[in-house]
Amino acid sequence: MAHILKVQNLKKTYSSGSKELTVLEDINFEIQEKETFSIVGPSGSGKTTLLGLCAGLDQPDSGSIELCGTNLQQLDEDERAFLRNKKVGFVFQDFQLIPTLTALENVAVPLELQGDPRAEEVSRDLLSKVGLKDRFDHYPSQLSGGEKQRVAVARAFSNRPSILFADEPTGNLDEETGQKVVELLMELNTAAGTTLVIVTHDLELAQKTQRILRLKGGRILKTEAV
Amino acid sequence: MSTKNQKTNFSWLLKMALRDGKSSARKLALFMASIVLGIAAVVSIQSFSHNLKKNIALQSKALMGADYIIDSDKPLTARVEGIIDSLGGADGREISFASMAAFPGNQGTKLVQVRGIEGGFPFYGELETQPSTAASQFLSENGALVDATVMLQLGLEVGDPVKIGDISIPIVGALKSVPGSSSVFSSVAPPVLIPYSLIEQTGLIQTGSRIDYKYYFVAEPTADMDRLDRDLDPILDANEADLDTHTSTSERLGRRYENFGKFLNLVAFIALLLGCVGIASAIHIYIKEKLKTIAILKCLGISKKQSFMIFLIQIAGIGLLGGIIGTTIGVLLQQLFPLILQDFIPIEIEISLEPRVIFIGILLGVLMSVLFALYPLIGTLYVSPLQTLRVEESNPVRSRKAGLLVLSGIFLFIFLFSFWLLEDWLYALSFVGGVIVTFALLAGVANLFMKAIRKYFPKSWGFVPRQSLLNLFRPQNQTLILVITIGVGTFLISTLYFTKDVLLAQASLEEQANSPNMILLDVQNDQQQKVVNTIQSQEIPLLENIPIVTMRVESIKGRPADEIREDTTSRVNGWVLRHEFRTTYRDSLIASEVLQEGEWIGKASMNDTVPISISDNFAEDAKVGPGDAVSFNVQGVILNTVVKSVRTVDWSRMQLNFSIVFPTGVLEDAPQFRVLTTKVPNEEASANLQQKLVDQFPNVTIIDLRQVLSIIEDLLTKISWLINFMAFFSILTGIIVLIGAVRTSKYQRIRESVLLRTIGARSEQILKILALEYLYLGILAALSGIILSLISAQLLAWLVFETTFIPSWKPFLILFPGIILLVLIVGLGNSLGVIKSPPLVVLRKELG
Repeated sequence: MAHILKVQNLKKTYSSGSKELTVLEDINFEIQEKETFSIVGPSGSGKTTLLGLCAGLDQPDSGSIELCGTNLQQLDEDERAFLRNKKVGFVFQDFQLIPTLTALENVAVPLELQGDPRAEEVSRDLLSKVGLKDRFDHYPSQLSGGEKQRVAVARAFSNRPSILFADEPTGNLDEETGQKVVELLMELNTAAGTTLVIVTHDLELAQKTQRILRLKGGRILKTEAV
Repeated sequence: MSTKNQKTNFSWLLKMALRDGKSSARKLALFMASIVLGIAAVVSIQSFSHNLKKNIALQSKALMGADYIIDSDKPLTARVEGIIDSLGGADGREISFASMAAFPGNQGTKLVQVRGIEGGFPFYGELETQPSTAASQFLSENGALVDATVMLQLGLEVGDPVKIGDISIPIVGALKSVPGSSSVFSSVAPPVLIPYSLIEQTGLIQTGSRIDYKYYFVAEPTADMDRLDRDLDPILDANEADLDTHTSTSERLGRRYENFGKFLNLVAFIALLLGCVGIASAIHIYIKEKLKTIAILKCLGISKKQSFMIFLIQIAGIGLLGGIIGTTIGVLLQQLFPLILQDFIPIEIEISLEPRVIFIGILLGVLMSVLFALYPLIGTLYVSPLQTLRVEESNPVRSRKAGLLVLSGIFLFIFLFSFWLLEDWLYALSFVGGVIVTFALLAGVANLFMKAIRKYFPKSWGFVPRQSLLNLFRPQNQTLILVITIGVGTFLISTLYFTKDVLLAQASLEEQANSPNMILLDVQNDQQQKVVNTIQSQEIPLLENIPIVTMRVESIKGRPADEIREDTTSRVNGWVLRHEFRTTYRDSLIASEVLQEGEWIGKASMNDTVPISISDNFAEDAKVGPGDAVSFNVQGVILNTVVKSVRTVDWSRMQLNFSIVFPTGVLEDAPQFRVLTTKVPNEEASANLQQKLVDQFPNVTIIDLRQVLSIIEDLLTKISWLINFMAFFSILTGIIVLIGAVRTSKYQRIRESVLLRTIGARSEQILKILALEYLYLGILAALSGIILSLISAQLLAWLVFETTFIPSWKPFLILFPGIILLVLIVGLGNSLGVIKSPPLVVLRKELG
């Protein structure tokens, strides 16, 4: 199977005042197409930073990232945005829905951006699949946490991404709701055949993926198959 | 790799802008209100002044009643008669003078302007009379047309007699309007029209009477009025006559409203500037609240340009909508102006839609919005999609070059806009300069304030006052932005207030306790004693008995007046050489005069060169000062004088003031008449005295100042109402700016308040911290704004309105505490939610 994400010798530092802080160093791994993968580690281990770099939301100091066959360093910001729109889906810890758009509009945005004339139809279908058939015209502020995350999941799948990044998808939900959202995520992922990368510190959630990458202090502790 | 989402076109960006804007409507309300109010003020004022100019030009012939007039306050010289003949003879003529008219039917008397008419006057416009046939009948029937208001006031009817001088004439109709007179100017001496042939019989044409001779002409439609003016005016001037064409009259009339127009333009300018500040602060918060949305959109694959365009379209759209609403309100509002000003302006104003002003109004809406939104909008380009994963506290880095470019654009806009309003690039430039200096000074004050607190921080203070002071200079403080916005708002409003005072004070009349309220003009020397006796027999005091000697300037500094007149390089103002001066003699200065230069000499004799005192405006126009020789022609006798002093004269006082004052001991034997002043206690005494005087001395003109005062006061009330109304517009915009500015701070303060709340601060403590912070900021900003406005009002009074400025206390007493209170109310009002709800709910609602 071909790899969809290849990370080599990745290093990322942040400067805080006059001090330089190394957040990630010597990171090397590959993720195969349709694989489910989780990145775990304690707070401050660099999980979220790694996710941001892999998804092209940020630039590394050194090393290379190849996403869907494209080297991210060779793209400018707009080109990376274009790549995300075509190939990447996101689910965030704090949902990140656009507060001024309805649930339906939120889900439709990635498709509309591609100029897909079926944007609304696909979005309705997806929202129905995540059980929000009667919430099309609700604004995010009118939805519960679980419902918001389900809209986010629907949005993540709307552009039929090759790879989906989920950053602590259950972090802001209670256990029961979190579990339901994870089930939904896995179910849709299996059906669509998408590569899934989850960042979490919840080991139980990580166990549901095929491979786990353990980070500590900005370095890879180990990569293990479940 | 292609970066274009091929099918994502403009319509999708428009759709996004609409969707997002729809649910942000509440947040955009402030923004919209700023545009609407600013544009409404500009459009109403501009549109009205265009209409006024257009109407004056259109009605210029009707204003005058003819194409041109030759007039003189002396019977015509042979040379002028020759000119009139060469022009084919006058088409109509008129003799007019002010005189008391008596109405024997009901014992009433009234000062009127008697106008003896011959020929077909008016040739344009019409005499409106009741009955309408009276306009043509009064000439053929030897009757009189009496001002309709006078007829109503005195209960006169058609057929009643009016006695003017020695003759009694039947009234044939009520005169409702006559070309060229506005109701205010004619209410002091309302017109009475009689046939020209009856003037001689009135017996009122004698020495000292102020008589005006007018010759009306109708010209070919193609005649060049300006050329006629150029060719004839110098010759007529030399012969003590004057040429007025309908075009020059309309220009002069336009100028009469100049200061009023300047003020209204200032209101428009300020309303719009406030609108701009409002837009800038509203957009600043709005875009700040959108940064997260932009980060999400970027995460989902939107490009920098696309995210920029969505909000640019949204803002331009709101600008367009605000422009349309503001223009509509402005167009409706200007319908009010003629209603309020109808007594002030001598023409009928037909309000029509001014496409140019409407277009500019709408364009201004879009331009203002986009220009003031650009700087915060540029920030969206630098929003990182990474913000979806982690909140970046630091402000996005912006390009300095882009910032400077936007700033230059803003100043260019303000310059072009002020140039459009003021039609003078120097004024426009100084306005822009003023705005820049104001901003810079306010920023300086804010920075200095922060440095001072940091340096002299009162460490011993309690938690609450210490915390509120800390808020003023620690990171994320709002001192600079609030001091600038509130300061500029206060500055503009209070400048407007001061300027309004300047303008109204210019025309205001204070009733002085001992000032006369009745003036008797044209009292002949031989009548003097009898008139005084009549007054005193009514137990009414004689306040002043002022001798008047009429004379003309014969030579200045040894150069004959004729020679100066012909010298095209002379800077001496023509009126000085033409005017028949009414001079007086006395031994002391009066209350309305201040010695400006030289030495006051109260007594002299005929043997020497006579020392005289001149007014400052005479000195300026005749180009003379102390030591210069001026000789006068006193009805044939040449009198040599030397200027000994220059007086500043307050002409606005309701009292007799003179350009030229002689010392006693010189003019006592010259031909002269008298002006007597008195103070009558009430209406009835006034009527009785007038009745007696008119009976015995028909040539004496009586001005009842109480009546004049009430007319002028009424007019001033109307004008100040309009000025206040327009100023209110700006103040309303100012309040919106304030709300916008304080709302910005809400964003900054909410996290801190919630944190304090979370760690156990009581509502009272949080409220006190916020209240104190807003109080400091309010005091600093309002005080700086008012002090700066004192300077700007002084400059405006001096440079634009050409008058003196005495600041009133109102801005200090009302505006200063008012603004502080408003800052407190809006600031605390915004924070009440934080105090009433649990911390987590607030955080989720406001920031989540």
